[in-house]
Amino acid sequence: MVNHQSHELDRVFAALVDPTRRAILARLEQEESLSISALAEPFAIKLPAVMKHLDVLGDAGLITRSKHGRTVDVRLSPAPLREAMDWLHRYERFWSSALDRLTIYAEAAEAEVAERGAKGE
Amino acid sequence: MTSLTLVRRIAARPSIVFDALSTPQGVAAWWGPDDLPVLLAEIDARVGGAFRVRFQTLDGLQHEACGEYLEVVPPRRLVMSWRYAFGGEPEEEGRTSRIEIDLIPVASGTELTLTHAQLRNEASKASHEHGWTGSLAKLVQRFANLSSTQA
Repeated sequence: MVNHQSHELDRVFAALVDPTRRAILARLEQEESLSISALAEPFAIKLPAVMKHLDVLGDAGLITRSKHGRTVDVRLSPAPLREAMDWLHRYERFWSSALDRLTIYAEAAEAEVAERGAKGE
Repeated sequence: MTSLTLVRRIAARPSIVFDALSTPQGVAAWWGPDDLPVLLAEIDARVGGAFRVRFQTLDGLQHEACGEYLEVVPPRRLVMSWRYAFGGEPEEEGRTSRIEIDLIPVASGTELTLTHAQLRNEASKASHEHGWTGSLAKLVQRFANLSSTQA
């Protein structure tokens, strides 16, 4: 379970590294669903290359593909990205909250030192 | 965004902030995501020295983070490795990341910059190669909006 989850997140991050794949996701975010040829249109790469990118996105769970007659419709599947974002947010919350308390602690220590200095100790 | 950077201005001189970061008493006062007492803080802040901090979260779980000091330059810089001995993010099992803290003196006290880097090896390697972190953050934000409206 742990490893399964870990590999899933790795696949999501690895999929997002490529600018073409991010562009594909951005387009799918605008349109509810697109055929593969419509998706491939704006890119200066051949259809097989687009198919490869779609495989990577599909393996990461970021898109779903469904066949309708002779065309394949591609749709966005946002849940894995939400998980990836939750994961980052947990770290952000950890440090943000820890640094708030660090600030309070250090400023109190500073005030104490300043007070002692004022008393000439 | 597989490294996380936070900047804070603290109204205390760098030496005081550095002590708060590098002594057991100091670390026990702030470590962890929730406002709960730290259960254990072992800090040996010299190069090659170890730290071990056990803390709890509001969900009742205990966590233990540990690592080694890689750079100790009082009162300016502290670098350490970090991993969870237990209670970490399940996706981070067995992984080591890196924490860098820099302290710069400013008129009001200290500017602290904390970077938690190498959170995911694969992705952080890629971020250096492609500079994709900003666009990923934006993309992720858009997906967040999308998935919450679909939920």
